[in-house]
Amino acid sequence: MTMQTLPRRLGVAVLVALIVGFLSIKLNAFRDYQIAEVAYEVTAVAGLTVLTGLSGQISLGNGAFMAIGGYTTALLLLHLSWPFVAALVVSAAVAAAAGAIVGVAAARLRGPYLAGATLLLGVALPSVAYAWPGVFGGDQGLNVAFTTPAFLGATFPLTRWQAWVSAAVALVTLVLLANLCYSRIGRNWRAVRDDEVAAALDGVNVAVTRILAFVVSAVCAGLAGSLLAIVTSLVAPGAFTITLSIALLTAAVIGGLGSLPGALWGSLVIVLVPTYVTDVATSHGLSSSVGSNIPIAAYGVVLILVMLLFPQGIQGGLRRLLTAFTGPDPKTRTWYGASAAPVTPPADDASASQHEKEGTS
Amino acid sequence: MKRTHRLRWQAAAIMTVAAVAVAACSSNSSSSSSSGSSSSSSSSALTASAPGITPTTITIGSHQPLTGPVAPGYDEIAPASTAYFNYVNAHGGVYGRKIVYKYLNDAYDPTTTASVVRQLVLQDNVYAVFNGLGTPTHLAAVSFLNSEKVPDLFVASGCECWDQPSLYPETFGWQLDYVREGKILGQYVAQHFKGKKIGYFYQNDEFGMDGVKGLNYEIPSSMVVSKQSYVTTNVNIAPQVAALRASGAQVVVAFSVPAFTALLKLYGLKLGFSPTLVVSDVNNDVYTLDGLLEAFAKQNGATVNGSQLTDGIITDDYLPTLADTSNSWTALFKMIHDQYDAKEPWDGNAYYGEAVAYTFVQAMLKAGRNPTRADLVSAVEGGLPQGPMVAPFAYGMDNHDGVTGAFMAVMNNGGLTQEGSVLTTDTTASGAITTYTGTEQQAPASGIPSP
Repeated sequence: MTMQTLPRRLGVAVLVALIVGFLSIKLNAFRDYQIAEVAYEVTAVAGLTVLTGLSGQISLGNGAFMAIGGYTTALLLLHLSWPFVAALVVSAAVAAAAGAIVGVAAARLRGPYLAGATLLLGVALPSVAYAWPGVFGGDQGLNVAFTTPAFLGATFPLTRWQAWVSAAVALVTLVLLANLCYSRIGRNWRAVRDDEVAAALDGVNVAVTRILAFVVSAVCAGLAGSLLAIVTSLVAPGAFTITLSIALLTAAVIGGLGSLPGALWGSLVIVLVPTYVTDVATSHGLSSSVGSNIPIAAYGVVLILVMLLFPQGIQGGLRRLLTAFTGPDPKTRTWYGASAAPVTPPADDASASQHEKEGTS
Repeated sequence: MKRTHRLRWQAAAIMTVAAVAVAACSSNSSSSSSSGSSSSSSSSALTASAPGITPTTITIGSHQPLTGPVAPGYDEIAPASTAYFNYVNAHGGVYGRKIVYKYLNDAYDPTTTASVVRQLVLQDNVYAVFNGLGTPTHLAAVSFLNSEKVPDLFVASGCECWDQPSLYPETFGWQLDYVREGKILGQYVAQHFKGKKIGYFYQNDEFGMDGVKGLNYEIPSSMVVSKQSYVTTNVNIAPQVAALRASGAQVVVAFSVPAFTALLKLYGLKLGFSPTLVVSDVNNDVYTLDGLLEAFAKQNGATVNGSQLTDGIITDDYLPTLADTSNSWTALFKMIHDQYDAKEPWDGNAYYGEAVAYTFVQAMLKAGRNPTRADLVSAVEGGLPQGPMVAPFAYGMDNHDGVTGAFMAVMNNGGLTQEGSVLTTDTTASGAITTYTGTEQQAPASGIPSP
C-alpha cells in the first residue's frame, strides 16, 4: 500500500503527460486526433470500470451520460460562448445530476434488471434530440466551435491542442478516481460488491454507496462527452447510439474490469485496432466487399482472443505475466486489476496469492 | 457462496455483452483503389502543385457507408467511381496524372465520419474530398474540411446545406437538391391529383425537411391531410402508416430512404392501405428497392415480388435512365462498368458513381495542369458543362448547388420510364418551374471530358 501514495500517482500522471506531449509533437496530426479520441474514451471507460468492477453494478447506458455531457457543452459554447473549462465543469455537474437520478433507480435493481434498465436509457435518451430539433439540432446535431488559444500562436495545430486538453482532463480524472478508489468510499464499494448484507452490518449505507458509484461513473461519462464534443466539433444523436455504450463496456472488459490502467488498454484497443486493421487491409489491395468487413471481423477476433487468453482482461494478463517472472510481490499488488475481475481465475499460484491478498487488504 | 454466484452471473453477463459487441459494433474499414495499368506519360511541366498532387498522381478521398444498414446499394457507388477513374487512368489520366481514389468506411456513423475524414486529410494528405456520402455524416466533416481549406466536391446528398458559399466556400453539391426536387414532385402532385387527399411521409432530418419545404411551395396546404415523419434509428413505422391510412390519404409523397420506402409499402400492404406513391429520387434505383422489399418481406415470413410492388411508383431522375440504352451516356457508362466494375450489378447506383466521377474529372481538367486546391474550387465556381446530367448545373461564385432539374418518371418492371420533359427550377418559393429547352450533351467518343 505504501507504494500507492498520492505523490506516486501524481508522478505517474506527470510521466504519462510528458509522454503524450512528446508523442503529440512527434507524430502527425491524425495521430494527435487519435490521442484525443483515446483520451475521451479512457475518461468514460475509467468511470464505467469503477462502477462495474468496484461497485458491482453494470451499465449498458453510459453513452447516454456522454450525450448529456456533449450536448451541455455544445449548448453552452454555442449560445453563451462560455470558456471550455466552465462548460466542462457544468457538463460534469449536469451528468452527475442525471447519474444520481438513474442511480436511485439502479440501487433498487439487480443483475439483468439493472442491465435492462440502463440499456433502455442508452437507447432512449439520444432520441430526445429528435423531439426538440430546434434546441438540439435534430439529426444533424450541433456544431461545436473550438479553437486553439491565441497564446499558442496561429500555426499551432488544432488537433494537438485537442489532444493536450483531452489528455489533461483524462489524466486528472484518472488520478482523482485512483484516490477515490483508495479512500473509504472505494472500500465501501468493494464491501457492497462482495456482500451487501455484510457491508450493511458493518454500517455501510448500501443504497447511498451504490448511488454514489453511479454518480461518479456519470460524471466521467459527462466529461468524456464534453471532450468528444470539442474533439469531433459535432454532437449528434448518431454519435451516441447504443453501439457507443457497448463499446465502452467492451473496452472496460478487455482492459480488465475494475482496473484503471486496464481502462487505458481497452480504450487503445477499441480506438486503434480498427484503424490499424483498415490500413493493413487497404495496403494488401483486398476487394471492397472483403476489405470493408475485415476490420469488423478482426475486432471480434481480438475480443475473443483477449477473453480466452486473459479472462481478467489485458491488465490482468500483464499482472499474471509479471507474477510469473518475478513471483508475487505483495507490495506492488493492488486490489484493483485482477482481483476485481469478473471471471473466477483458475486455481493456480497467481490467483491463489491474489485471493490471499484480498483477504488482507 | 453468494460471491461465487455473483461472479458467475457477472461472467455470463460480460461474455454476453462482449459477444453482442462483436456482432453489433461497427468499426471503420476501408477500401482503396489505385490506378489500373500504368501507362507512362512524361511531361516535364507536372509538379507537386498541392497536397495530394504529385507529378504522377492525384489522391482524393471519401467517406462511404460500406457496411451497416444503409450500405446495401450505396456501397456500389464508390467502386463505380473507381471504375470510371481507372478508365481515365488507362487512357492518359488527367494531364498524365493518375487519380488514386481512397474511400474509407464510416458505416453511416457521424463520429466515424469525423475520424476517417481527418485520417484522409491529416494523414493521407488527400487533395480533395469527393462525393462524401450522406447528410448527417457529411455534416460531421464539413466544418473541418472548410477550416482546412480542402475542396469538398460533389457531396452525395441533396441537402440544401451544401449551398452556403460564405460559410462553406469549399463545399459543393452535385445531385438534385431536395428543395428543387420537392418543388418538381409537388407540382406534379398538385397538377395530376387535383382534389385528392395528400399525405407526407418524410425522414425527420435535413433530407426530409428540405423535401417537404419544396413540396409545400407547390402543393396547397388544403390538399395535405397528414404529415408523418420517421427517424432512421427506429424501423417501426407502423404508427405513421396507420395515421396516414386513418387520414384517408389517397396519394403519399415520400421523402424517405429506400429501406423506409420499402417499409412504408410493406406496412401499407399489411394494413390494406395502397395509396399512389410519389417518392424521392434517392429511391429510383428500382433494383435496390425491389431487393429491399423482398428481403424485408422474407424476414417476416412473407414472399413478395419486389418488381410488382414498385410498378407504378412515381419518382424523378436527373440522369438518363438505365433502360434508355440508345443514350450515349448510358452506353458509355455501361461499357466502362462491364470492363472495370463487372463484379457489381449494373444499376442506378453504378450509373450515379460513374456520372459523378465524370463531373470530377471535368472539374480537374478545368483546374489546370498544376492546380492548387483553390484552382479546383474556382474551376467549379466558374461553371461546369452538364455532361451526363439532364439539366445544367447551378455552379457559380454565389451558388454551390449541383444540377437544377429533373424529369418525372414511373417505375415499371424494375426500371424507370420517363414521363414528360425535363423541368428546371430554383430553390425559392416563387421561382417558376420551367421546361428545359436546352439540348442534352452527347457523351464524348473518348469517354473522357475535354478541358
